[in-house]
Amino acid sequence: MDLSVVILVEMLYAVASLILISSGLAVVFGMMKVINLAHGEFMMMGGYATITAVNLGINIFLAMLVIAPLVVGLIGLAVERLVIRHLYGRLVDTMLATWGLSLFFIGLATMIFGNTTTGISTPIPGFAIGNYQINGYNFFIIVVAILLLVAMLVILKNTRAGLIARGTMQRSDMAAALGYSPDRIYMATFFCGSALSGLAGAVLAPLVGLVPTSGGAYIAKAFITVIAGGPSLIAGLFSSAGFFGIVNQVFTFAISPVIGEVALLIAAVVLLRLLPQGITGKFFKGKL
Amino acid sequence: MSLNRRNFLASTAALASASMLPRVALAADTIKLGSILDTSGIFDAYGKPMDMAMRLAVDEINAAGGLLGKQVEVTAYDTQSDMALYSQYGQQLTRQDQVDVVHGGILSASREAIRQTMRKTKTPYFYNVLYEGGVCDRNIFINGVTPAQQVEALVPYAMSKSGKKVYILAADYNYGQITARWIQKFVADNGGETVGVDFFPLDVSDFGSTIAKIQSAGPDLVIAPLVGGAHLSFFRQWAAAGMKDRIPLASTTLGVGNEHKVLTPEEGNGIMVAYNYSQELDTPANNAFKEKWAAAYGDSNLIHEIAVSNYQGVLTWAEAVRQAGSLDRDAVIAALETGLSIEGPAGKVTVDPKTHHAVLDVHIMEFANQGMKVIETLPQRQPIDTQAVCDLAANPGDNTQYEIQI
Repeated sequence: MDLSVVILVEMLYAVASLILISSGLAVVFGMMKVINLAHGEFMMMGGYATITAVNLGINIFLAMLVIAPLVVGLIGLAVERLVIRHLYGRLVDTMLATWGLSLFFIGLATMIFGNTTTGISTPIPGFAIGNYQINGYNFFIIVVAILLLVAMLVILKNTRAGLIARGTMQRSDMAAALGYSPDRIYMATFFCGSALSGLAGAVLAPLVGLVPTSGGAYIAKAFITVIAGGPSLIAGLFSSAGFFGIVNQVFTFAISPVIGEVALLIAAVVLLRLLPQGITGKFFKGKL
Repeated sequence: MSLNRRNFLASTAALASASMLPRVALAADTIKLGSILDTSGIFDAYGKPMDMAMRLAVDEINAAGGLLGKQVEVTAYDTQSDMALYSQYGQQLTRQDQVDVVHGGILSASREAIRQTMRKTKTPYFYNVLYEGGVCDRNIFINGVTPAQQVEALVPYAMSKSGKKVYILAADYNYGQITARWIQKFVADNGGETVGVDFFPLDVSDFGSTIAKIQSAGPDLVIAPLVGGAHLSFFRQWAAAGMKDRIPLASTTLGVGNEHKVLTPEEGNGIMVAYNYSQELDTPANNAFKEKWAAAYGDSNLIHEIAVSNYQGVLTWAEAVRQAGSLDRDAVIAALETGLSIEGPAGKVTVDPKTHHAVLDVHIMEFANQGMKVIETLPQRQPIDTQAVCDLAANPGDNTQYEIQI
């Protein structure tokens, strides 16, 4: 009984962390069609922003939920103005440019923070479920992921800004004809996507040892989740993160963590063979 | 300059012929020590202090009048954490610079990239890093602890502090696999039982499900030869789940790159380890070493296990040259094979003639407030794992890395 509760929590946590890892990319790649290979590095910088802020004596929750997204969002803004805006619609060129950016950010972080592992401890103590001890921080991550999905849904669906952003991504010429500047809207959307990546890196930072190359660990999972999710932003993110998170944890508990990772990748291959347009290419069609 | 075919050919031909010119042998008034380490890139946390330690040792030797009346000159290459550069710089050190000895290599892959070059060019090679054991080659000398040396000391101590049921979490490559086998052996030898073994690729950083699995197995002790930054998350998540005060932890790798200074005291305190060196080792030799380091580099905080190994490796080679009275490879090897020893910061280091590995002190330690507190010193432990497969006295032509079957 206790064990099944623990397994359930771990599954929810796996799904939540996939949602967090992928949300920034879902905006930048899913909505804007920019293949951002520096996504992992945006997360890494979110982690460093948090650790630096905490070491300066700032409250850890403030650092994770406000400072890190802002810092990474602003970096994203600079990146968009200097590089990305010249490359909209040129998929291969953005890949090359963002890959270069990822190397640049790794080098920059190495110069500033050194090539050693840093980290902070989790702010929430563990607690007991029956005979099992469980990491209390898992619940924080689950809550953040839920709030994030709800917030994205509300903003995109129920606000004028969300409507304009969605419209611009579909037909920027029409949005321009209606008097909105696609340039500005792309800029703002990229800022939001980067800030989400920063938030994810920040929230996950207390669980890992952070090094400048940490981003590499996230990038593959983020792309798999977003691509398998398909065209709908939020329904796709939720359904593919749910599917992969559960597959991963079932095999992890049943066999081993390595098999869990393998199962995730095999599930992704099979899924894309059966549903080449992603989950929401077939199910939840037309949903957001 | 526009690059057409003609002047491209001309310039490459000029370059090629320049590099083929026979190097005028420098007048042999210095002894050349070659060093090959990753002092930049992802392994620089290991390589930089090793480089500093090597230079400290050479400066000391020179200040004391050098070797055989000559000064020692360092030729060092930075391999930038790129394995391909090892073979290139290994060739350069031995064929162009024609150094008298090479110290260096960090990962096992880097050692294997240059070991054969050293052997072919008859350049004595010192690999001064703890590693998985089993290399058997007359041309190489290795002074890092091997898994059996550590595990033989660590397991009985950790079990006496906890209990008989042990769970093992190891990195999924040869070091972790081999170490996990040794742990199982010594757990059984000490009357215990291994209740679970899990291996993790180096990029796994989420251990939530593993922590739950460990709890359902209910061990008395967890031994974790995990490697690298991603795996450091385990120790963090273990503490975050509140497990640290319930099941004791031991490791054979944590702390080699000064990881105990990254974990907070709440996360690290009480983790049991066994190494050759600790900054907290309170011996006159170590205190003097730390003072020398601080005088040279300002701050002795960077010193770690393999930096000290590198320092001891240079001292061992220097002692052998003194005893041999020559730089000739065979004379130096013969001097080392007399079972020569030196006193290093981590205690006495003796060359084992049969395996060219080291007999050295192993200290059992516990993390305490971001330091490694020495609990017990086990003097002069033999490299029993490599000794089981390698006998260079009987078989000097051997040139293999054995997979040690347990």
